[in-house]
Amino acid sequence: MFGALRAASRPGFPALRAARTAPVTSNSRFLARTIVTKKFTSDHEAVIFDSDSKLGTVTITNYAQSSLGDVVFVELPVVGTEVEQGDQIGAVESVKAASDIYAPISGVVEAVNEQLNSQPGLLNKSPEGDGWLCKIKVADEAELEKLMTEDAYKKHCEES
Amino acid sequence: MSTTVVSRLARATLSAARRSAALRVRGYAAAAGELKKTGLYDFHVENGAKMVPFAGYSMPLAYGAVGAVASHNHVRESVGLFDVGHMMQTNFRGATATQFLEWLTPSSLAALEPYHSTLSVLLNEKGGIIDDTVITKHAQDAFYVVTNAGRRDRDLPWFQQRLEEWNASERGKAGKVELEVLEDWGLLALQGPEAANYLQKFTPYDLKQLTFGKSAFVPIEGFHLHVARGGYTGEDGFEISIPPGQTVEVAKLLSQDPVWLTGLGARDSLRLEAGMCLYGSDLDEDTTPVEAGLTWVIGKDRRERADFIGAEGVLKHLKEGPPRRRIGLLVEGAPARQGAKILEPNSGEQLGVVTSGQPSPTLGKNIAMGYIKHGWHKKGTEVAVEVRNKARQAVLAPLPFYKPRFYRG
Repeated sequence: MFGALRAASRPGFPALRAARTAPVTSNSRFLARTIVTKKFTSDHEAVIFDSDSKLGTVTITNYAQSSLGDVVFVELPVVGTEVEQGDQIGAVESVKAASDIYAPISGVVEAVNEQLNSQPGLLNKSPEGDGWLCKIKVADEAELEKLMTEDAYKKHCEES
Repeated sequence: MSTTVVSRLARATLSAARRSAALRVRGYAAAAGELKKTGLYDFHVENGAKMVPFAGYSMPLAYGAVGAVASHNHVRESVGLFDVGHMMQTNFRGATATQFLEWLTPSSLAALEPYHSTLSVLLNEKGGIIDDTVITKHAQDAFYVVTNAGRRDRDLPWFQQRLEEWNASERGKAGKVELEVLEDWGLLALQGPEAANYLQKFTPYDLKQLTFGKSAFVPIEGFHLHVARGGYTGEDGFEISIPPGQTVEVAKLLSQDPVWLTGLGARDSLRLEAGMCLYGSDLDEDTTPVEAGLTWVIGKDRRERADFIGAEGVLKHLKEGPPRRRIGLLVEGAPARQGAKILEPNSGEQLGVVTSGQPSPTLGKNIAMGYIKHGWHKKGTEVAVEVRNKARQAVLAPLPFYKPRFYRG
């Protein structure tokens, strides 16, 4: 939705982009629906990819937050940093332990959730929502294919 | 996080986080081999405990869905029950038992009143700490000693070899000393400001008489149990020794409302706030009691007589000052944990290392304990601590972080 609005304000780009993206968007940019894909890593990060903005919002999973317990500190990456899939981009500290956060996807860090500096508890309350960590401008969408679907991730949690 | 130092609690905590498959957690290598169980293993499992390997035992880290912070706070505000039955309980008996234990430790045991306990240390020939221990004197010729489970393989041969030596020597001639390990006995710690009110319901014995550091055999609902007032949380409380076969029943009796079963996770944060050492993290064989800030366990008369194992090394540190000292730290931002380097804030020169550290549930700050070069040990000194390759501001703080609320009558 927001992606479409932004696209409208920048004529020229939408057509080009539409041509490169999935068939559903090929007809008209303004009628097309944004495709949001959610994928998971085996390290309990999730990435919510927006096909319009090409931004992947990185979070930890609900399973991860419940395993970690009370989060007291979150270390976030610096905006503008170029990261490779699997790079350490931050850390989450709970009373129990420190856990690294790895980039689920390659790209450039476009935004970080500054709210977590003062409210690290958002990670427990809303890990896959308000407690998002950062947004990465995705460099290679094909990398999403390497990540787990929600079903596969659920299975992974049950097995671990 | 350091994997080289065997840290009993930190290891358990990390392993649990890892086993429960949180994000990748640094630095823990799972211990292989068969784990021992205390008499309460099934009781823990029935109560929804997350069991983790700890000091060779399978021990409860936490119970059910109760978080580490909630569990910690409950002990500070009410009362919690801990299974510490993995620890080694030993009786020493014999006419020269006092002298024998005064050879093994720097404590003034001759002067200790019967049915009183003291924190002490077993020292090696260099004055390094083999283990920390609580020694309870029942009589000149009878002592009850509790040592760490994780040090059993070092402590027990040490006791046996020194005992053999002692009994063969002139000093032992006046009366041999015997050692009896209380195998399979239970040990429960009831801790918190409500502990005394709770326990009093089950005994006609007036617990007001039993002030901090005292112990007694107390009738508890038909059981006759050794109860020592003290603990490892900084709260008032009791450590209750239980003969094999009775532990489950006693545990059930002592875990009714408002008592919460409490695991190793909360135990570690509680003891750290109370400034208490964890052997393997904060103490080791290369550390003297003077460096460890435990000079107070060395009896005045013992310093003069210098007749305990390791006296030379200890007295040297007493006289010349130790090269490093155990200190407390408050760390800004990221919590510093075991292994974090303590740095000079401008030059980055390493001054020491953190040996225990985590966010403090009671203080809401990151607390840590560690060792720092002599000269840098004054409270208020500003230093830096390295966490994930970044220097973080820290300041030396007095220990304990949380003033213990022992019952002194």
